[in-house]
Amino acid sequence: IKIPGVRPSTYSTTEKPNKYEHITTYNNFYEFGTEKTDPAERASRMRIRPWTVTIEGLVKKPKLIGIDDIMKLAPLEERIYRLRCVEGWSMVIPWVGYPLSALLKQVEPLGSAKYVQFESSYQPDTMEGGGIFGRPVLNWPYVEGLRLDEAMHPLTIVGVGLYGELLQKQNGAPVRVVVPWKYGFKSAKSIVKIRFVEQEPPTSWNRANSREYGFYSNVNPEVDHPRWSQATERRLGELLKRKTLMFNGYGEQVASMYKGMDLRKYY
Amino acid sequence: MKLSSKQIAALKVIVFILCLVPLAYLGWGLWQDMLGANPIENLIRSLGRWTLKFLLITLSITPLRRLTGMNALLRFRRMLGLFCFFYAVLHWSVYLGLDQSFNWVAIAKDIVKRPFITMGMLTFTMLLPLAITSTNGMMRRMGARNWQALHRAVYVIGICAVLHFWWMVKLDTTWPKIYALILTLLLGMRLAWRLRLAKG
Repeated sequence: IKIPGVRPSTYSTTEKPNKYEHITTYNNFYEFGTEKTDPAERASRMRIRPWTVTIEGLVKKPKLIGIDDIMKLAPLEERIYRLRCVEGWSMVIPWVGYPLSALLKQVEPLGSAKYVQFESSYQPDTMEGGGIFGRPVLNWPYVEGLRLDEAMHPLTIVGVGLYGELLQKQNGAPVRVVVPWKYGFKSAKSIVKIRFVEQEPPTSWNRANSREYGFYSNVNPEVDHPRWSQATERRLGELLKRKTLMFNGYGEQVASMYKGMDLRKYY
Repeated sequence: MKLSSKQIAALKVIVFILCLVPLAYLGWGLWQDMLGANPIENLIRSLGRWTLKFLLITLSITPLRRLTGMNALLRFRRMLGLFCFFYAVLHWSVYLGLDQSFNWVAIAKDIVKRPFITMGMLTFTMLLPLAITSTNGMMRRMGARNWQALHRAVYVIGICAVLHFWWMVKLDTTWPKIYALILTLLLGMRLAWRLRLAKG
């Protein structure tokens, strides 16, 4: 289903996007299983209508917004972003969405709010990601988080579409977050709750393995994952690996947010 | 059931062809662009899993022979073991060539940095002498006792191969656990028989 009235954005990269078929069949969405092909094969039963997102916590006007209103909240833009997975592969994806800040401003955050926490939907009856031995691989629901300035940054978007069409379930339908300078898992899919908090929120991957997955998880070729190098990446569709860029190539826009921080410590 | 040498020879041809089916399937998939968005990763992982499967199949020959009394099974063990090595060579080559583009610095770093690569390289290195000494001539030259002692290394190789797989996985260790379980069973049976032999 084509989304009408999507405008191009100057934040888009001119790099060639990956094929739609690949973007929609090579996914990490562990609620549906840990194989890349699992989400595309198993997500069809997920209910995405009706859908509401609760925005609450340290805000003046907590809100419950339905998906139709979310779609109309701000002009939709096409944002062609690089996506770098912590596993060492990357893609170029033409998202449809608008700045997350437009959504967040609706609730008028209080001065005490320092972080934003995102909670993904968890539907035990439609998600079968338990693996064969039935033990959940992560603590559901999936929780991610950003510092307030990161969440308000113009590059951070609410994603509702892909290639001009509504998001597929395996890509995080009906609404997700996209943070292009961080490893992919920071961009929570299928969100149902946004919470403004004072303390750094406990995120799913960080709780599963804090040594390997830090809260910041900015793409950084100089800070290796404990089990592999992050210096290079395989852009899907290319034969040779390419060098990974600091902040996934978005340093010019985002590096100032981390001035004076030791990025080895805050990985 | 007793098989004539003619029947065994015919069966060997069939098993040989069957052992090439996974490779043909992957080759076809690569040719037809059916290996998904990340064909190289798919290729490496599939070849790795087939290496492990052939290793476990090879290790199951002895217990199967004991359980069924079919001595003819032994005649297939070398071929299956060599197919394990064959898939290991492919797995290893695709890693060096397609994944790392023969960038030796990156490969060296990978071996030092990533325990699962270290373990994979170690496992592969241990397979080499077994493959080299698999011929009748080598067996004769080494003497049965030495040859057997060397080839017992396959038990260690089995453990290392499963660890290599286990450490590669990010979070969901379901499949490594399944392989570990089968390996434990195969090695455990040998141990149990040996203990009973020692006792009685």
